[in-house]
Amino acid sequence: MDAADNKPSPIERTYKVSLRQRMASFFVNIYKIHLFIIRFFKEAFLPPYELKEVVRQCYETGVRSLPLISVTGFIVGFIFTKQSRPSLATFGANSWLPSLVSIAIMRALAPLVTALIASGKVGSSIGAELGSMRVTEQIDAMEVSGTNPFKFLVCTRVLATTIVIPILATYAAYIGLLGGYLNISFNEGTSYTAFVEQFFSPLVFLDFTASLIKSIVFGFTIGIVGCYQGYYANSGTEGVGKAANGAVVTAMFLVFIEEIIIVQITGNFR
Amino acid sequence: MHKDKTKIDHKNVVIKIRGLEKAFEDYAVLRGIDLDLYQGENFVVLGRSGSGKSVLIKLISGLLKPDKGTIEVLGEDLSKITEKELQHLRTRIGFSFQSSALYDSMTVRKNLEFPLVRNKRNLTRQEIDKSVETVLDAVGLSQTINQMPAELSGGQRKRIGIARTLILNPEIMLYDEPTAGLDPITCIEINELINEVQQRYNTSSIIITHDLTCAKTTGDRISMLLDGKFQRTGSFEEVFDTKDKRIKPFFDYNFIE
Repeated sequence: MDAADNKPSPIERTYKVSLRQRMASFFVNIYKIHLFIIRFFKEAFLPPYELKEVVRQCYETGVRSLPLISVTGFIVGFIFTKQSRPSLATFGANSWLPSLVSIAIMRALAPLVTALIASGKVGSSIGAELGSMRVTEQIDAMEVSGTNPFKFLVCTRVLATTIVIPILATYAAYIGLLGGYLNISFNEGTSYTAFVEQFFSPLVFLDFTASLIKSIVFGFTIGIVGCYQGYYANSGTEGVGKAANGAVVTAMFLVFIEEIIIVQITGNFR
Repeated sequence: MHKDKTKIDHKNVVIKIRGLEKAFEDYAVLRGIDLDLYQGENFVVLGRSGSGKSVLIKLISGLLKPDKGTIEVLGEDLSKITEKELQHLRTRIGFSFQSSALYDSMTVRKNLEFPLVRNKRNLTRQEIDKSVETVLDAVGLSQTINQMPAELSGGQRKRIGIARTLILNPEIMLYDEPTAGLDPITCIEINELINEVQQRYNTSSIIITHDLTCAKTTGDRISMLLDGKFQRTGSFEEVFDTKDKRIKPFFDYNFIE
């Protein structure tokens, strides 16, 4: 066998180069996103404050997501209750249904479902908006007019998602409770007071705290990922699409990872 | 409007560039630029697409960092000032983008107010409204005040873009392809506007273009950017009175009255 036979084929070479480039780009992105987060903490809490813009972003993020969160929250509560009933009925434990629903909704479903919905709706909208501003030079225009675009565009949006997602998650939990109640009320005829009493009885302070912390972390993640993808979008309309898509996919992936980590940590305190 | 060249103050250099170099990965775009821009002067940079004209004004405004060389704007060395000082310096420089770069989500009024309310936070509502009306009047588009950028024509967008830079009373104007993509009549109007702005606000300008009519109408001094360097600098006639095969076709393929 001569030396030429040992040379990688063009396909192998392309694959190796592409893999190397992808690996390099992955680590460069991790480094850049760390710098992005550090910059956020450096700039968000220093004057001048963009309070008006934060309030506007809270409205955009929160109020406009309400219909979707309401429908999803209700369906999750209703369906979860319906699907859990047969299993509990096997053991004659139908009366535990409100407790089961409350634990599932408060500990996991409300924050997680809200975060996933927000990743799709809010994250993609932030990514596309900032991406489009980047490729049409609007961010540069802000910069050359003596305005700090990072503070005005990024800090305000990240603060808004961090504030609003916990509120939306609490709202989703309440709507989920209503969905569960309706299902139980139709089938078992339980009164609303009795349902609420049973719903809250298995919950402890840690459940509320963990849920709140989780939602804050999810909100921050959705905001920072959406802004990062949009702020560093490449030129052209393709860049805008990639930014929006990247914001959703990355945020969802990170939300699941964070869910696992937070559940593991809070599990140690039970 | 004809240009008044007597207003140029040759003792007062507002932009001083020495040995400027900039490369993107392996491709060297600028390879040693030297420039003195005088107070009240319109300096036109001509060149082919991709020759580094826009990179030059992005370096001057601090949007890009040079690899080598120095840039002094209004006496401040860009490499030696802090981010905050650069932000303040930018309020003295107007940048008109090729794409106009108007904020899509804001009306014309909000677009114009934006730099003002962010840089002069103690202004009253009346003062802001008066400034907006003044600059809109200067570009002749008072009737568009409540329109969205999407409702404006290309020429109107350019004018509003220029008005947005004028609201901070800049001392230097940087125009990136001000007539690109516009019909000939609108081009003439924009060229006249550039001269009007220079005389009304007493600005010094760098105009990036490949439109020879624009260069001839607005420029006090013109330079060709070729191979990353200024190859010929002078009046319009001086620059194109050449047999240089890299410059001559540029002139031949453009229609000049």
